[in-house]
Amino acid sequence: MTSTMQSPTSSPTPSPEIAQSLRGRSLPTWAPKAFGAAAVALALVGVFGPVGFWLVFVAWLVAAVIPLWSMIVEGRRKATDRFVTLLVTTAFVIALFPLGSILTTVVSRGAPVLGSEFFTYSMRNIVGEGGGIYHALMGTLLITAAAAAISVPIGLFTAIYLIEYGEGKRLARWIRFLVDVMTGIPSIVAGLFAYALFVIFFGPGVRMGIGGAVALSVLMIPVVVRSCEEMLKLVPNELREASYALGVPKWRTIVKVVLPTALAGIVTGVTLAVARVIGETAPLLIIAGLTDSVNFNLFDGRMATLPVFTYFSIITPGVPPGPSIERAWGAALVLLIIVMLLNLAARLVSYFFSPKGER
Amino acid sequence: MAKSIDVSDLNIYYGDFLAVEGVTIPVAARSVTAFIGPSGCGKSTFLRSLNRMHEVIRGARVDGKVLVDGQDLYADDMDPVNVRRMIGMVFQRPNPFPTMSIAENVLAGQKLNSKRMKKSEADDIVERSLRSAGLWNEVKDRLDRPGSGLSGGQQQRLCIARAIATQPEVLLMDEPCSALDPISTSVIEDLIHELKKDYTIVIVTHNMQQAARVSDTTAFFNLAGVGQPGRLIEHGPTEKMFSNPEDPATEAYIQGRFG
Repeated sequence: MTSTMQSPTSSPTPSPEIAQSLRGRSLPTWAPKAFGAAAVALALVGVFGPVGFWLVFVAWLVAAVIPLWSMIVEGRRKATDRFVTLLVTTAFVIALFPLGSILTTVVSRGAPVLGSEFFTYSMRNIVGEGGGIYHALMGTLLITAAAAAISVPIGLFTAIYLIEYGEGKRLARWIRFLVDVMTGIPSIVAGLFAYALFVIFFGPGVRMGIGGAVALSVLMIPVVVRSCEEMLKLVPNELREASYALGVPKWRTIVKVVLPTALAGIVTGVTLAVARVIGETAPLLIIAGLTDSVNFNLFDGRMATLPVFTYFSIITPGVPPGPSIERAWGAALVLLIIVMLLNLAARLVSYFFSPKGER
Repeated sequence: MAKSIDVSDLNIYYGDFLAVEGVTIPVAARSVTAFIGPSGCGKSTFLRSLNRMHEVIRGARVDGKVLVDGQDLYADDMDPVNVRRMIGMVFQRPNPFPTMSIAENVLAGQKLNSKRMKKSEADDIVERSLRSAGLWNEVKDRLDRPGSGLSGGQQQRLCIARAIATQPEVLLMDEPCSALDPISTSVIEDLIHELKKDYTIVIVTHNMQQAARVSDTTAFFNLAGVGQPGRLIEHGPTEKMFSNPEDPATEAYIQGRFG
């Protein structure tokens, strides 16, 4: 056994030419880090400092030294690698820029407004300072919850049909196509649809929270269908077969094997769909309207929501305009926080609900 | 328990494609029958048609007769769900349910069908099934841990325990050892020897030594060419099949001259 383990050519001293050709020449390891750090520092000074925004471009030029230097020292292949790395990083930073800008602006302008009065008061009989978003917050939560209650069953059952029953059928192809079309419906059209629908029953000028929920669910259903469909697709067919082979009927297999296996993904998808529609303004503007008072009844009269409240606080601030605009920023911040919490919840759910493997 | 199967003139289709043609074979009760043959010759397809798992695939259908104790499985009034309760199956790749613990996996046949039972009864079933699958000693301290945390060989034995927990009459095994190492394979082969006392076992295998070791009867499947349907070439007692087969193709295959 040991004789076969020995390698036939065992030369302890490697030849210098081969060693050189294998290694090639390279930049000192500190170089990319140093230039990167310098570029970041310059860019930060450019954005926040007194010098001027043009410093950001200087920063980028500093970072661009690395590929050029690499071209001279290391040759074409590694220079290309470094150049593409630079491009990708630049694109990432540019993509991050609006996000950072929005966050800092909304937090810096909205945070001072937040307080116990802001969360517990409505705008009833408030002129000028004071008042809060309690009515809009409750409206947003109620309408979004109702929208989820409408669209989750419809979306989930549609996805179950598409994956478990519709495979290869013409009806399934049509449903898939229509869901794709539905994804592209502008939100204002969803609002007009809900308004037109409710006008049939309640006459023109109708304003109702539930109408807003219907409009939002028009936007939400395709998202739920798509995400649930993807999650159900991920459940291995072997599990379905294992269940059938135990003499379990198809519907029980779906309820007790397929859905629990996909649960984490489904809940995550639904949460993200909720986060997607909770900030919709246009449809709620049409059908839910705005009010200054608290309204817990989805089926009776106008209902304030955070996006619509924000919109009107900016558009019709009253005299003096200051407090109203401050409240708008506060409401925007609260909406942002809700969306972030929903995303966080989605993460936690997918962590705790996903099937436990080796641990 | 343990029933014999009589297959007569079975044709198996995927859509319009005839995959297996004209199989007629008896399977004796309380014995091990091995199906061997080259890839794509339809032995797995044939095995899946024995508990109506074949028709789970879209467009798949069967004609001919599969009699279990004189009952035709493909009669119009037969419920495939009940057929599968009577004829259990173990798959090529171990497939425990990832959302369930080891104990729940064993009880899956009962639990998924929402069968009510007492805790003591359930514990009995778990212990009995795991013991007969030769897994009890390895997992008795962690029955509530997820089944997907076990090794491949243990998972496959868990799947066997799950299949026998519902007390089927027949156990079908579709290359149960092909994803396992030699040690796990020999554990499962010993297990097949044990299970033979109580169950009728049909096993598909690519490993001819395995067929020779575990089976009482061997059936050889072959296909004339690509796109042609698979056929049952011959079947008989394993000893005879391996020492003195009638068909020259069987002899060539067993001696490793093709396939």
